[in-house]
Amino acid sequence: MKRIVAKEEFCLGCRLCEIHCLVQHSQSKQIIKVFRSERGTIVPGCHVEQSGLVSFAIQCRHCDEAPCIEACMTGAMHRDPDTGAVLCDQDKCVGCWMCIMVCPVGAILRGSAKQVASKCDLCLGRDTPACVANCPNEALRYEECDT
Amino acid sequence: MSSKRVPDQKDISGCAIAGILCESGRRITGEMIIRAITPMRDRSNGLGGGFAAYGIYPQYADQYALHILYDHPRGKQEAEELLSRRCIVHADETVPTRPVEAIRSGPILHRYFVSIKPQELKANYDMTEDDILVRLVMGINADIDGAFVFSSGKNMGVFKGVGYPEDIGRFFRLDEYEAYLWTAHGRFPTNTTGWWGGAHPFGLLDWSVVHNGEISSYGINRRYLANFGYHCTLQTDTEVVTYLFDLLVRKHGLSFEAACMAMAPPFWNQIDRMSPERRDVARAIRAVYGGALLNGPFSVLVGHSRGMVGFNDRIKLRPMVAARKDDMFFIASEEGAIREVCPHPDSVQHAEGGVPIVGKLRNGRGWGPESAV
Amino acid sequence: MRKWLVQPEFAVERDPDKCIQCQVCVRQCANDVHTYDPQEECVLSDSRTCVACHRCATLCPTGAISIRRSLLDFRPNANWTDGRIRDLYKQAESGGVLLSGMGNDQPFPVYWDRMLLNASQVTNPSIDPLREPMELLTHLGRKPDSVRVTPLDGSGRLATRLDPQLELKVPIMFSAMSYGSISYHASISLARAAKEVGTYGNTGEGGLHKDIRPYGENMIVQVASGRFGVDVDYLNAAAAVEIKIGQGAKPGIGGHLPGEKVDAAISATRMIPQGTDALSPAPHHDIYSIEDLRQLIYAIKEATRYAKPVSVKIAAVHNVAAIASGIVRAGADIVAIDGYRGGTGAAPTMIRNHVGIPIEFALAAVDSRLRAEGIRNQASIVVAGGFRCSADVVKAIALGADAVYIGTAALVAMGCHLCQKCYTGKCNWGIATQDPYLTKRLNPEVATRRLVNLLRGWAHEIKEMMGGMGINAIESLRGNREHLRGVGLTDRELRILDIKAAGE
Repeated sequence: MKRIVAKEEFCLGCRLCEIHCLVQHSQSKQIIKVFRSERGTIVPGCHVEQSGLVSFAIQCRHCDEAPCIEACMTGAMHRDPDTGAVLCDQDKCVGCWMCIMVCPVGAILRGSAKQVASKCDLCLGRDTPACVANCPNEALRYEECDT
Repeated sequence: MSSKRVPDQKDISGCAIAGILCESGRRITGEMIIRAITPMRDRSNGLGGGFAAYGIYPQYADQYALHILYDHPRGKQEAEELLSRRCIVHADETVPTRPVEAIRSGPILHRYFVSIKPQELKANYDMTEDDILVRLVMGINADIDGAFVFSSGKNMGVFKGVGYPEDIGRFFRLDEYEAYLWTAHGRFPTNTTGWWGGAHPFGLLDWSVVHNGEISSYGINRRYLANFGYHCTLQTDTEVVTYLFDLLVRKHGLSFEAACMAMAPPFWNQIDRMSPERRDVARAIRAVYGGALLNGPFSVLVGHSRGMVGFNDRIKLRPMVAARKDDMFFIASEEGAIREVCPHPDSVQHAEGGVPIVGKLRNGRGWGPESAV
Repeated sequence: MRKWLVQPEFAVERDPDKCIQCQVCVRQCANDVHTYDPQEECVLSDSRTCVACHRCATLCPTGAISIRRSLLDFRPNANWTDGRIRDLYKQAESGGVLLSGMGNDQPFPVYWDRMLLNASQVTNPSIDPLREPMELLTHLGRKPDSVRVTPLDGSGRLATRLDPQLELKVPIMFSAMSYGSISYHASISLARAAKEVGTYGNTGEGGLHKDIRPYGENMIVQVASGRFGVDVDYLNAAAAVEIKIGQGAKPGIGGHLPGEKVDAAISATRMIPQGTDALSPAPHHDIYSIEDLRQLIYAIKEATRYAKPVSVKIAAVHNVAAIASGIVRAGADIVAIDGYRGGTGAAPTMIRNHVGIPIEFALAAVDSRLRAEGIRNQASIVVAGGFRCSADVVKAIALGADAVYIGTAALVAMGCHLCQKCYTGKCNWGIATQDPYLTKRLNPEVATRRLVNLLRGWAHEIKEMMGGMGINAIESLRGNREHLRGVGLTDRELRILDIKAAGE
């Protein structure tokens, strides 16, 4: 299955991946409008961890055996049968945040407006996820990878 | 150097070339070659025609036969002074002509049968007799105003001028000469006035070259030759072909096949597919003789005392046909020209790009290495 | 004390309607131009330290940043230009030597822009490079006058032994840029691109990093006056050895790597203490005359068992033709000439801008002189110094060059914006720096791809131009000045270049 792989030696820590993830998952898809009005309502599906010189973007690994799916009380965390991606059904999520606690990678964030979990959905519908396409130094790859 | 010449940079395409060789050494009159070039009249525009003939001066076979054009008597005087200083002039005379309506009266054409004086040979002990003569010829062309050497070989001569080749042939009374090798050329320059010296063939020692095409690499061929003491004074690109043959074959000792490989080399992707030995040869020739590569479309016919060589550019942008019958070998721009004089040849061949077609005298004499092909 | 006279050169303007306060610019500027004020919750810009490298503007996701020239306009003065005045302020405040990076930026005429190329029509067909072979393969090295083939029966063997040659698939190589003046990532990208395209890169005088040794077959190692990293393994590691006598950016003086850029890795590769300025001596202290050069050339040939061509690189100065002739007779297989537009990581501004001559004239003079002396075939000529496009390359080959070195063009392909601040070690594009935070920015995979793209694009353009002239082999373009015409050149200039004027 194709997953997003980070090459930390090329990550600049610029956080353009976070910005473009937000835009991709916004209503308007227009960056200036997103940051003016929608910023409070959505949270990016990837975030950059940085310590000194080392930095890289973290997204959901869409694990083959996903702890978050196991831990989810309501069944909101589920696997999309076509793509194999792990998705969160926002209507079923009650914001208990068990998934956040069990995620071994720390890829799930608290969704801001609706208190539900927010995570990478591999930009369903795009050939290349937005973070990968917009990384200025090609530090993110979308390639076949086992987890 | 002629003071009246109009410098033309390019020998523009559309020319006609033809050559007839009797491989047995049998000599024939110029009548056949004139008949062969006549049907190709549309390839010329009347501003240049010429012939080279080999074997025409058997009584002076060991002397250099210099055919020199003079624009005015002063040039003749200066040239003759130079000649008498360096050479023994065994005989000299005006080149005989007959009046032909189509040929306007032109410059003075004179021929001399010379050999280099022994003290000249001694003083230039590091040069061969041929080298000394080449230097003399280059000197006359470059330094004496109004004088130009048409040919400088032994027992051969170049006859050329402004007019259709068949008219030039009659003008110079070529039906009265006998030669074992005849080459001919008709020219289509785009300048409004032609110049006698700019017609083909171009001769040096016993080389004569007729050429149909345009050499786009002329700028570098000329500079490459200057390295070795050949100075192009005509600004007509055919000149370089003559000098390249003299350099590569006579001076460097390359075979005709190797010389043609330098001038019309195989492509690198063809070289990659050759056997290792041949690949080494091809690679070395291309690397060393880049300045001799002739680019642009051409059909070239080179005459020399032992025969003639015809070859095309490497992507075959000009025509060349060869044919054989008994002891006769023909090369021409068109098959029709050959069939005009030889209606039923034993074999007919079209030249491939870059591959030379060679005709040789069976008991060939003359200098240079034996041809490899 | 604050340097009051030194005013900012550039003005950073932020469009408030577009700025989304994402702080990418804050994170990316190595000169601390942009900062985020958490109380005001907005990004602020201080133009004083901006060098116009465009890093922030390039990465800004909304295009909110523009960089303009100076907040302060001087009264127009053709003699006392802005640049000249600012240089005076800098010197008045510091008392030092003005330093610059990259090549001569002064408005001297660019002679490539005064030469035009030919095309064939009617009498000579042009050749279509997409459908017919078009050959760019070039051999650099010493060539004999003639070739002997024995026996002569069609399957002859080569009886002449050729001196070692470099084989280039395109007549363009990467110029010498030392590891130290540029980053490890930039160095390895150049080596990889050279290998992929089938040409050569040059280590410059920084020594050969061990990771680049595997690319040795596509590298030329340099022996410069500082002899950094030179030992017998170094000499044998690459395809050719180049003795650097001078470079176009600073004729007469040696290389200069400021101490800020000498980190542990540089120190190990160059064999010098960390943090010290690497100032190469002006002459090679064992080459005080031409016979000394001959000695060094043959010492290197002995050390490499005569298996590799030896190149000698000089700056283009007034008597470059005579110098080149001497170098060829001293045994060099390749003469590399660097014109006054050549780039550098650091050079005194006065020398960079006012010393040397244009490569166009140097090339014409050297090629003509070597031919006049009958020794042109004994060495190949490679030229460098400000080649900006493939047309410049074609014109250079027509004037007589065998191949061209590109330096600045390669760096620009990797992302350089010619801010000329290479000597500070704060290159925002990760090219002319050793700071690991900055060098991360140059992903060698991306940089290699860009360099390969550049060479491929230029190679194709060269083929198109050659085809247009009715030429299908580069040997027929090389030295063929008939295909050049001058526009706006004086009679004297035309004569020195030995080309005709347009219309002739």
